[in-house]
Amino acid sequence: MTVFAAASLQPAFDKIAAQLYVDATFNYAGTQTLAAQLTQGAEADVFASADKTHMKTLLDAGLIAGAPEVFAHNRLEIAVAKGNPKRIHSLADLARPGLVVVLADPSVPAGKYAQQALAKANVTVHPASLEPQVTGVLSKVALGEADAGIVYVSDVITSQKVQGVPIPDSQNVVADYPIAALKNAQHNSTADAFIAFVLAPDGQSILKAAGFEPA
Amino acid sequence: MSQARVPAPLMALAGLGLLLFLLPFAGLVVRAPWGQVSQELLAPETATALGLSIFCSVTATAIALVLGIPLALILSRTTGTLRSVLRALTTLPMVLPPVVGGVALLLAFGRRGLIGAPLYQLFGVQIPFTTTAAVIAETFVAMPFLVIAIEGGLRSLDHRYEEAARALGANSWKVFARVTLPLLRPAIFSGAVLCWARALGEFGATITFAGNLPGRTQTVPLAVYIALESKPDGAIVLSLVLLAVSLAILIGLRDRWLGEP
Repeated sequence: MTVFAAASLQPAFDKIAAQLYVDATFNYAGTQTLAAQLTQGAEADVFASADKTHMKTLLDAGLIAGAPEVFAHNRLEIAVAKGNPKRIHSLADLARPGLVVVLADPSVPAGKYAQQALAKANVTVHPASLEPQVTGVLSKVALGEADAGIVYVSDVITSQKVQGVPIPDSQNVVADYPIAALKNAQHNSTADAFIAFVLAPDGQSILKAAGFEPA
Repeated sequence: MSQARVPAPLMALAGLGLLLFLLPFAGLVVRAPWGQVSQELLAPETATALGLSIFCSVTATAIALVLGIPLALILSRTTGTLRSVLRALTTLPMVLPPVVGGVALLLAFGRRGLIGAPLYQLFGVQIPFTTTAAVIAETFVAMPFLVIAIEGGLRSLDHRYEEAARALGANSWKVFARVTLPLLRPAIFSGAVLCWARALGEFGATITFAGNLPGRTQTVPLAVYIALESKPDGAIVLSLVLLAVSLAILIGLRDRWLGEP
């Protein structure tokens, strides 16, 4: 069975696969990359997206079997170096001159959400780089090249080298993660079992431990 | 001049090789949204990325020429283990996955890097995320192509001209500038072209070390990668623009430099 899953899901899905004892191959990448691969004819059994937009693209293309279900939510957080040496406490602090801020590119879900959050907070940031993957943002902060970046809460939890600065609900954006089986799936029953497990209490508690909010 | 016939099996293999090159280009040309070409060409982002790409690749090639010719000279004059070690070091960036090269550059020139940390602490200089970083990344990845080509040229050089010049009393600098360099012109040209082409197409090390910001570090390959997923048609047009510009420059340069048709 092949699962195409948003890069941010890797820690949680690897654990789920280990608990389920399924023989699954995972293709983790930016949601927009996965959607492009699937519309170009890549074969897979399950698609787990980091936003509803790309799931809808696949639905419209007639590639999805049944109705997608939202299985988790994720929120944004500001990632900073351990100990927060630059004393960043809010989105407004990211506009400080001299601060190196890295965001995900607006074509990536995490980048789109970051823009929405900054707009809600009425903050204008001059990023040093617009990374093609949210993991690029995280690694630049972890390496100490960037002072701050906007990533998912789940990214911060899995990283040893960064800490998160919470963004208040009034400025935050909630990312919905839908999952669905694909029409040309080769392993229908395994795919359904995997999706059922992700939505069941056991799967949900693994996702929660990885920083996601249960559906 | 009578040309020797190429055996038929070799012709067939050569044809297959050519097809492998040409089919992907044909794919680009066939799938290109020709109706949108002028619109994409006139988009300010296209001009920005193209201008940056040309600036960075030409600068990288210039640096590679200044540093690479002496390096090739030293490589061609050493022998034994030293030569093997130097050669391996020079070709390392060719075999390294460019993304790994980008990480290595961060560890050297980044704010916490070997050289980067003192630069940042003493002078407040930050190299990552700047155009300088894009140029360094391209030079790192592309210079080996120049060094290898020129070293090959040096090894097949007829050294009697240099010996004659020395016998006539020219010092080592004069021999290098007046005899060796002119004799090396074809090797320098092909090395510089290879180096420039590699720099122009550079992606992995640039995005890792320099990041992706339009107007500062977003060269055409980075812009194509970002566009590929959000607007695939724009990515195809941008790729064609890069191909057309490279072809035009390569053909134009060749005539000018080598005086060959």
